[in-house]
Amino acid sequence: MSRLQAGRRHSVRFSLNGKPCAGEAEPRLLLTDFLRHQIGVTGTHVGCEHGVCGACTVSIDGRPARACLTLAVQIDGSEVRTVESLAPSPDRLGILQSAFKRNHALQCGFCTAGILISLDCFLREHPNPDEEGIRDLLCGHLCRCTGYTPIVRAAIEAAAELADQGKEKTDA
Amino acid sequence: MKPAAFDYVRAEHLDEVLDVLGREGGDARILAGGQSLMAMMNMRLAKPRTLIDIMHLPELARIERKGGTITVGAGVRQASLLAWPELGRSLQLAALALPWTGHVQTRSRGTVCGSIAHADPSAELPLVLQALGGEVHLRSAKRRRRVAAKDFFAGMMATARVDDELIEAVTFPVVQKRCAFREVARRHGDFAIVACAVVETADGVRLAVGGVADMPAARDFPRLEGSALDDALNGFAYELDARDDVHATARYRRDLVRMIGRDLVREVLQ
Repeated sequence: MSRLQAGRRHSVRFSLNGKPCAGEAEPRLLLTDFLRHQIGVTGTHVGCEHGVCGACTVSIDGRPARACLTLAVQIDGSEVRTVESLAPSPDRLGILQSAFKRNHALQCGFCTAGILISLDCFLREHPNPDEEGIRDLLCGHLCRCTGYTPIVRAAIEAAAELADQGKEKTDA
Repeated sequence: MKPAAFDYVRAEHLDEVLDVLGREGGDARILAGGQSLMAMMNMRLAKPRTLIDIMHLPELARIERKGGTITVGAGVRQASLLAWPELGRSLQLAALALPWTGHVQTRSRGTVCGSIAHADPSAELPLVLQALGGEVHLRSAKRRRRVAAKDFFAGMMATARVDDELIEAVTFPVVQKRCAFREVARRHGDFAIVACAVVETADGVRLAVGGVADMPAARDFPRLEGSALDDALNGFAYELDARDDVHATARYRRDLVRMIGRDLVREVLQ
């Protein structure tokens, strides 16, 4: 048993976007604030802070989860992926991100980081998604700009592109 | 907002959990998936001095079928139960209700027992436990006891659990009868305005309703049709003591109980 005392900082070691990462956190520090203020990855947004809006969604051990309902100390030993993991390089967008751009699947962009991570996790498990599945996934996110239709379109387009890419890899 | 300060205990043995609960009682809270508790803490509606993380105890993360019951441990996440290959065959009502429990993004961490411990009157899993007549397994350093669902829920977010007890598991009876589930919410996955579950019984149906009273309520009905069924549902809807809130009026909730109730009873008895 380990007891991490209130008011003191404790070491947290985890994997962030495939690389080992470490920081220090008080028990009360939320994963959102830990990522943004301690680690310095600010792609993950902070919205409602009670798990409703979905802006803070990150991947924890391969599953989309609310960073605002997770303590930094809970992710010790876990694999965390954030929106920063999606672009292959700082000057290029990933497939899902490009599809969002083409389809105007974002306007203000506040909800986008969370939605991208949810969709990224989803498309890994469901390479041939239908619209119903995508809409069910998007129930966990609030977007006040787009009306969701362009997001669904972008997700379907990205899934097709990812499937083509997969084929090319297997053929080669 | 941010939670108030607390000590975080990462338990590695069940004894440690029971020991801390025994010593600190109501000042300590169990942290499982955190999908209800962390929201309450962020809003400062809960300010525990100690959080006991039970998610590193493999013995609590099991789903077991023994004879006629299914035991779901305190560490079993909602997503894990939904992915359990036997779910559709053994626990059909949970298979129907789980997709309505929060969202993919909260089921990934939220636990089955956590939702039942939180006892939100609109939540689906307490409703399923109530509809099937399940049991809650409570354990402290001094004693172990089982409480039937009908005695466990005590009011709005209130249960029969006392401060030094851990909900070690819940059990659902395997019911090989027809069942149905439906709910109405503003957004799929949000808390239900009204949720209804119907299970066939030997001489009729049991209807369980969430979101209306301050805890999930169940009632057995004989086989009824037509206006006799409508009258029975109307009587039940009025007895539920529906409340008005920002989402819906009490009258609208009674309407939903009557309409969804009738549809589901017909579906199960057809």
